[in-house]
Amino acid sequence: MRQDELFALVDCNNFYAACERVFAPELEGKPIGILSNNDGIIVALSDELKQLGINRGVPLFKIKDQIRKYDIRIFSSNYTLYGDMSSRVMKILSRFTPDFEIYSIDEAFLRLSEFRHLDLTAYARKIKHVVHQWTGLPVSIGIGPTKTLAKLANHVAKRRKDLAGVFDLTDHPRKDNILASIDVKRVWGVGPQYAKLLHRNGFHNVLQLAGAPRKWIKKKMTVVGLRTVLELNGTSCIDLEQDLDPKKEIVSSKSFGQPVTELKDLQEAVNSYCIRAAQKLREEKQVTGQIMVYVTTNRFKNEPQYANYEFYKLPLPTAYTPDLLQAAARILKNIYRRGYKYKKVGVMLSEISPEVNIPPDLFTPTYLDDRRRVIMACMDAINHKMGMNKLTYAGVGTVQNWKMKREMLTPHYTTRWQDLPIVKA
Amino acid sequence: MNKITLRTDDTIDAIYRYERKTRLTRPLIGAEIPAGFPSPAQDYIESSLDLNELLIEHPTATFFVRVQGFSMINAGISPDDILIVDRALEPGHRKIIIAILEGELTVKRLLINDNRWFLTPENPEFSAVEISEDSDFQVWGVVTYAIHQVR
Repeated sequence: MRQDELFALVDCNNFYAACERVFAPELEGKPIGILSNNDGIIVALSDELKQLGINRGVPLFKIKDQIRKYDIRIFSSNYTLYGDMSSRVMKILSRFTPDFEIYSIDEAFLRLSEFRHLDLTAYARKIKHVVHQWTGLPVSIGIGPTKTLAKLANHVAKRRKDLAGVFDLTDHPRKDNILASIDVKRVWGVGPQYAKLLHRNGFHNVLQLAGAPRKWIKKKMTVVGLRTVLELNGTSCIDLEQDLDPKKEIVSSKSFGQPVTELKDLQEAVNSYCIRAAQKLREEKQVTGQIMVYVTTNRFKNEPQYANYEFYKLPLPTAYTPDLLQAAARILKNIYRRGYKYKKVGVMLSEISPEVNIPPDLFTPTYLDDRRRVIMACMDAINHKMGMNKLTYAGVGTVQNWKMKREMLTPHYTTRWQDLPIVKA
Repeated sequence: MNKITLRTDDTIDAIYRYERKTRLTRPLIGAEIPAGFPSPAQDYIESSLDLNELLIEHPTATFFVRVQGFSMINAGISPDDILIVDRALEPGHRKIIIAILEGELTVKRLLINDNRWFLTPENPEFSAVEISEDSDFQVWGVVTYAIHQVR
């Protein structure tokens, strides 16, 4: 807990839509909607789309008329593009401070405590200028003595046009007025349930919440809520998270584009997810001791429902994909039932430990001292060089009926030679 | 293009985060060195030539684009060429830039005379365009290299 910290929260405005606009400038000023996996619902909107009264979460089929009427541009999520643009933004931000935390694909906390001698608003404007010049992406920046206040400052920066996207709440002469103008539901860590509770008890705005009795907060919102209130009062309790926790479990799963009924198709999907999960394992130099596979139908459909899962403890900790494929196949045979329309299948690897910790075994060569590890290293190297899963297993199938539907995908502008943006000479 | 002045005490220009770079392969002396004969090249071994190092100064601000059209032929830019575009560089007189003009990405040479900006082609069959206050214009990036496949 510290009194003398300074944090900036930098986040990209309408990130997915903004990424699309960098490479298709004709989209500037247009209402844009980006779809979720399987092109189901809108997950990201440009300001112009928000102004039409459309919200996040609305299913695509519900706005078909408006799309026609207002010439709304709709795109599938181009994660490859967004991921690449995100990593550029983060690398640029790292030039402005050695201490920062990537919070999500388009947000980062920067610790600026060592920079307090600077005019931080000017420094933030420089950051905003550089990010926009170098990537084409507009960002908003909020500064405060705690992460929670930085997030609120960011909200203010976005809300008021005259601030030009940058706002420093630290020691602001009208800080109390500003906090009084923000609803408690906007506070980081206050979800809809807590917001209801707070309103019921007379805490409507952030200033009121900051002044709430600590004992009451601790009782009703646990110590986590207490930390939030302390943060609202300028005491930093939540530090930057810079060491990514080594994974406790690795889950790989996706919903299907169209319902899957055949075991063969489920098997192909499970195989794909095993491969991906094992790749993640090897990236972190870990092995798994247990694998679980689950299947489920679509809970929202008025159809016969079935869901099941099964664990399998692996004889020896491993990251060798064929071991996992074999185990998963066995489980799937056990839990699969004919006659259901499956919506989702998933693979979870647990009992994860670093590969160097594998206890030696008297009778069997372990994953560590085996050519299996070498084979995996070789495959990983080839796939890394040639592109995801260029070299893979026959079991994933070639037709892949279960793949995610993404019919309105824009080109991979920054990662594929054949997709480069065109410039007219 | 507004210059932002950063008020520091002049001893600090920029702060860089330490980046753990990916592996740099160095050539190994593969074969065993026969006893008694060290290679005369031993002290002079350098790493292999890397095009990324040569061509890309600001990786986070660098993008590749593909050319369509003939208006920049005399600048050595042909249709289907790939251009390396660096958004971190400032546009200026005689720089070849990618611009957004009327909502479209275009490549032209920028000429600045008396504060008047012109997007000029490098091909007598095309004409220059002056950028005015009401032009729908923005600089997208500065072209540093053109990659041309010879046939």
